[in-house]
Amino acid sequence: MADGRLAAQQYPGDPDAFVRVVDLVKIFGDTVAVRSACLSVRRHELFALLGSSGCGKSTLLRMLAGFEQATSGQILLDGEDITAVPPYRRPVNMMFQSYALFPHMTVEANVAFGLRQEGVAANEIHDRVFEVLDLVQMAGYARRKPHQLSGGQQQRVALARSLVKRPKLLLLDEPMSALDKQIRQKTQIELARILDQVGVTCIMVTHDQEEAMTMAHRLGVMTEGRIVQCGTPQEVYAFPASRFVAGFIGSTNLFTGTIVVDEPDHVAIESEDLARPLHVSHGVSEPLGMEVHVSIRPERMVVSRGQPAGERNWAHGMVSHMAWLGRYALYQIRLDSGKVVEASVPSQALSQTDAPGIDDEVYVSWDSDSATVLAS
Amino acid sequence: MKRNWRDFRPPARALAIVPPFAWLALFLLVPFLLVLKISFADLKFGVPPYTSLAEFGDEAMRVTLHVRGYVLLFTDSLYAGTYLNSIKVAAVTTLWCVLLGYPVAYYIARSRPGLRNLLMLAVILPFWTSLLLRVYAWVGILRNDGVLNGLLMWLGVIDRPLEIYRTDLAVYIGMVYAYLPFFILPLYATLVKLDLRLLEAAYDLGARPWQAFLRVTLPLSRPGVLAGAMLVFIPSVGEYVIPEMLGGANTLMMGRVMWGEFFTNADWPMAASITVVMVLLLLVPLAIFQYGQVRQMEQAREGLR
Repeated sequence: MADGRLAAQQYPGDPDAFVRVVDLVKIFGDTVAVRSACLSVRRHELFALLGSSGCGKSTLLRMLAGFEQATSGQILLDGEDITAVPPYRRPVNMMFQSYALFPHMTVEANVAFGLRQEGVAANEIHDRVFEVLDLVQMAGYARRKPHQLSGGQQQRVALARSLVKRPKLLLLDEPMSALDKQIRQKTQIELARILDQVGVTCIMVTHDQEEAMTMAHRLGVMTEGRIVQCGTPQEVYAFPASRFVAGFIGSTNLFTGTIVVDEPDHVAIESEDLARPLHVSHGVSEPLGMEVHVSIRPERMVVSRGQPAGERNWAHGMVSHMAWLGRYALYQIRLDSGKVVEASVPSQALSQTDAPGIDDEVYVSWDSDSATVLAS
Repeated sequence: MKRNWRDFRPPARALAIVPPFAWLALFLLVPFLLVLKISFADLKFGVPPYTSLAEFGDEAMRVTLHVRGYVLLFTDSLYAGTYLNSIKVAAVTTLWCVLLGYPVAYYIARSRPGLRNLLMLAVILPFWTSLLLRVYAWVGILRNDGVLNGLLMWLGVIDRPLEIYRTDLAVYIGMVYAYLPFFILPLYATLVKLDLRLLEAAYDLGARPWQAFLRVTLPLSRPGVLAGAMLVFIPSVGEYVIPEMLGGANTLMMGRVMWGEFFTNADWPMAASITVVMVLLLLVPLAIFQYGQVRQMEQAREGLR
């Protein structure tokens, strides 16, 4: 394992990293599922890998579990190279998407499976099984078979089974996908609470950005086999690194333009979609005249009937579509340039003003700190 | 709950199963009742070669139940020995089918889908030829001057031909050969449906592949093993053709004894008694066991919904 430690030292990154994925590649035949994935996860952290189906996140998770052999690259866990360690010898446990509970065993036997495999003494197995069943509030169901449980109960048993061996790393594969939408959010908070209580380091995979943002301390956005951005949910949402991330984490309005003024505290960007230049209150490293993209979130767009004051950061247009979604209304507004932008208006603001309807003339405006410049 | 007229109408499902059940009643239950009747008759010369059970005379109906066949069955050790031997042959055949068939079914179920269909075709292929022809082929292979002995002597493995033909070993070879597909098919159907993620879960929890096989695959394939074993064991007990063609004079099996009573001794009541006892002693308990198994599986499946 000496060379594993060496590699850990050589890898420039988070010095506190507990799990380190270094240039991991997986090729199936002639398709590249994961290309050069790099990742650092700290101890006790709940990290979410977020991406749409086919982005390679499940393959990455399966390599962490040991079900797939990496084509190249390294996985380091607590300083130890586990890249070639078979799944049954890794201190890693996984909660499967479909839970994969053994249908012929009771809840108790399912949870005890891993401990029996380890050769733990019978009375200790019993204590540890009930300790973890208590944690997920399933101790009263120990004698049931999996098919006698609801989806939510099966999920708790699956969680108990993956925690009972006290793994160094817990993997969650789409933990909510088998649950009804109504109980999902409640379960997400409950699951995150249990994981925090246990303090286990956890990597979860999901395609649901809300789930990732609800549960994870940090998340990584994956596309085409690469992790394109890592950060806390707020960081990734507020400062997406690329158009892809901006569009994937929440929806956004994108304007393409060129930098015309570049000062340390602000830049001005001219876009064909807007009559007036866009002012952004943060400096950029890109040179003058370079083509960039500006992202403005729909909730940062202000809709008004009267013309906003000032000569920048607003545009004139017409409401082309409006959807009432309860907490807010989603407007689609066709600007004079033909560009369609989205604006979400809180219900409260909507009820206070004379709410614009379809085909009404409106102005959209935004603050200069609402826009983010994206280089790619 | 309010009942309406629909509750009293036979559902379409019931109508759909009437024809096969009518068929079974007509060609299985009715003949069995006839055999049961004959088993209580006495031997008579003529056509049919047995007495009728009921006679009219003096304004009375006299029903005479002859139990000669049954008495003979339980007193003559030949019959008890034959029963035991039939069960032994069937049990050994079943055991070999399990030992040989499990790896085959497992291998096919784990192959890639294209190869899987090809291999299944190979398992079913023998059914395209009549069993009689295939057993004749075994005669040709196993005879003292047959293919097997010829090959072994040519290779120099043996100097004298092996005495296989007309022995119990030949019967076992023929039976295992003939019944192996009946074991492989239901087991394959069970194994191919097995969720491979369960095995991954077992590996994940620290089970080596062989431990995962013993603790997950094997118990979950139990219904397939039982169904296959039934399909082999039940017809093996009454098998006639294979012991007749490959077995020696002392390979006693129910099928051969029945044949002898019917056609050599023309003792129909005796043959009928043997049949009835075999059905009651062997097949009824097995059918009840099978029914219990099926019900257990159905319950498990209903629970999953």
